[in-house]
This record gives sequence, structure tokens and C-alpha cells, in this order.
Amino acid sequence: MDAKELIARRVAQEIPAGAIVNLGIGLPSMVANYLPVDLGVFFQAENGVIGLGARPPEGMEDINLTDAGGGFVSAVPGAAAIDSAMSFGLIRGRHLDITVLGGMQVDARGRLANWMVPGQMVAGMGGAMDLVVGAKQVIVAMAHANKGVSKIVPDCTLPITAPRRVSLIVTELAVIRPEDDGLHLIETAPGVTVDDVRAATEADLIVTGDVPEMRM
Amino acid sequence: MKQAISLEDAIALIPDGASVMVGGFMGVGAPRRLIRALAAAGRKNLTLITNDTAIPGEGPGPLISGGCVARLITSHIGKNPEAQAQMLSGQIEVELVPQGTLVERIRAAGVGLGGVLTQTGLGTLVEDGKQVVKIDGQRWLLETPIQADFALIRARRCDYVGNLEYTLTAHNFNPIMAMAGATVIAEPDEIVPLGVIPPDAVKTPGLLVDHVLRRAC
Repeated sequence: MDAKELIARRVAQEIPAGAIVNLGIGLPSMVANYLPVDLGVFFQAENGVIGLGARPPEGMEDINLTDAGGGFVSAVPGAAAIDSAMSFGLIRGRHLDITVLGGMQVDARGRLANWMVPGQMVAGMGGAMDLVVGAKQVIVAMAHANKGVSKIVPDCTLPITAPRRVSLIVTELAVIRPEDDGLHLIETAPGVTVDDVRAATEADLIVTGDVPEMRM
Repeated sequence: MKQAISLEDAIALIPDGASVMVGGFMGVGAPRRLIRALAAAGRKNLTLITNDTAIPGEGPGPLISGGCVARLITSHIGKNPEAQAQMLSGQIEVELVPQGTLVERIRAAGVGLGGVLTQTGLGTLVEDGKQVVKIDGQRWLLETPIQADFALIRARRCDYVGNLEYTLTAHNFNPIMAMAGATVIAEPDEIVPLGVIPPDAVKTPGLLVDHVLRRAC
């Protein structure tokens, strides 16, 4: 199992039946592949659909039905198409259960940075700030490090997306829950030790008792 | 009853230096005939208000590639290297706005509101230079309305009085921008007789639409 699949599979375990879920583009969008179809989860995409479905067969796509990355999708029975004011009204208005987003950095206070690197990469925040502010739960799904540099840091050096503390961080090495007193290491990946995670993490980690392995 | 306007006549309405709202999300639901003609006409110094700059060639991409834009108000330029390069070189002045805030600022202008209060952006770079309002102990960021000289709207269908119907994820910013442009030009996929769009399906009442672009061919 590669790192991305491991992360996506572990995040999928966090999603309860019937949830309304927004998946960011890239790695987070893979989470949908690992959910049982009978779970009754509706995927919201901020470009205006609740009830995203699988990509249609080649040549049968509808050019007016895409996900937020512009990729072709279908819609499941019970889906709704909405405009951007309704879409972000649902997000800011606490009607979305879970958002899964990628990250560039998360710090000891659980603050996420994922929208710009000053002077280099200025993508824009798109819908990320609204999602972090408004979703009931925010899960960050990301690689633990970027080119060997820990993305879990004492204090974000990149501009943050929102000051809100995210709910959970899932990487290929660990599951980490930010709380009032700091970052709690709550699971390690198969074959990874607590010391391995600590060595790969710039921020301090709080470890209480035995840390279980992710059950994949 | 509306008269259909030709592409040439529609573009002639829009001068250099105009502010222009353009619907679409990653190019989906973007008024591509109007965008391409505007870029081909070589307009300069436009203020472009649009959700994202898509990829080069898609959505508002031709306006970026054509050097038509001096100022850009948008939520995302990450998929368009030309927009990023023009921002970093200073050719385009870019205001990045959170997507939910962008749509509400446009809506505020269209529906006669003096601004919106949101918690999105508080405690981030977005807060810089803006007024924070305290209500019942909660902090809110005051975001001001965004209006434009023109709104270019893509719709699925338009009837003879200009009522517009949209489809799937091609709604996005279109119905909101249709309220906020001083002059609204609709680019429908189809023009249909009165009664074909049921009243319940009309998202943009025809009174908001100033011009309907002629059918494509």
C-alpha cells in the first residue's frame, strides 16, 4: 500500500454513515474510493453539487458536471445542484459535517496553512478558508514531510488558512489529534514506532500510554 | 421582449478599463464566446472579477493570456501559471478573496446590502486593513460589496424576455453576478420561446438581463 492510499484509507474510517463531506482536490479526493457504497455519504463539492458520483465512462461525461478540481463526475440519486452562494452558505453555516483538506503545514496549536508560499506559490485560498471556518470537523490528510522537512511544526511559518484548531491530522506515519495542550499522537502507521514519528516531527508530540497501530 | 445582440455588438459595449464579472468555475459555466471575443478585440486595463482563472485557454484564461487584465479579484489562480507569473511580475494587481466571501460580496452589491459580516479570513492575511465588528462578543470581518460595469453570464437556456435557467455545476457564480453587473450580457446555450422555461425553474428573472447574445450558429 503506498503512502497516499494508506492516508486515504485511514481518513475513510473517520466518516460516519450519512455524513455530508467535502473532499479537497488531490489526495483528499481519494478518500471516496475507500468508503462502502451503502454508507449513504453525500459528497459536496464547493462548485455546486451535493451528491458527487463516480467519473462517467470515457466519452459520456457531461461538460457541465465536474468536481471542484474541474474533473468530470456524475451525480448520485438524490443529488442537488446549487449555486456558489448556497454552496458556501452550507459550508459557513455549519451544515457540512466533515471537510478533508490537504496541508502544507499544521502547527502545535492545530492551525492549518495550505494556500500560499509567499513569493513563490500563490495559488489563492479558493474555498479552503470557508471550509476550515465552517465545517463541523476538519481533517487534514497530508504527507508527514515535504522533501524531508516536517510539515508538522511548532508554529506555522506559512500564512495560516484559519486560526481554528483542526480536528485531526492523518499522515503516512501517524494519526495526530490537536487538543488544548498540544498535539496528541494517537496512532502510528503499521511498522512505524513512536520514536520514528517523533524523529520525523518538528513539533512536540504528546504520548499517553501505548500508542495503537492504525487498523487497516 | 429582448432582441438578440451579435457578438461584435456585445463586445463593442465593453470599453478599455471596464470592470467585468465573468461567471464560471474552472471554466465550467464560463461565457466562452464573449470571453474569447473580448480577448481577440484586444481590450486593455480590465478589472476582472471571477472565481478562478482556470487553466490557460479555459474560462477567463484568454483574457489573462491576452494581457487584457490590469486588476483581478478572484479566489484562486493556482491552475493558471500565466496568471501567477503576471501577478508576481506586477503586471496584474491581484486581490485574493476567500470564495465564500467573494460570492457574498458580489451578492451584497446585487441585492442592495452595504456589506457582509463573516468569520472567514479572521486571524489571517485576509483581515489586514479591514474593519472588525464585534456583535455580542463575537468578532466578524466586514467585507464590502463588489459591483461591476458588466456581468457576462453563461446560462443553459434563455427565453424571449431574458429569463435564465442554469444547469448542474454550471450555476456557480452566474446567477449571483447577474444581479451585480450594471449591464448584464447573457450567453445562453439555447434560446427558447416563452413558456418553455417553467416559472419555478427561472433562477435569473429576465428583468436583470440587458442583452442576450445571438445563438452560436
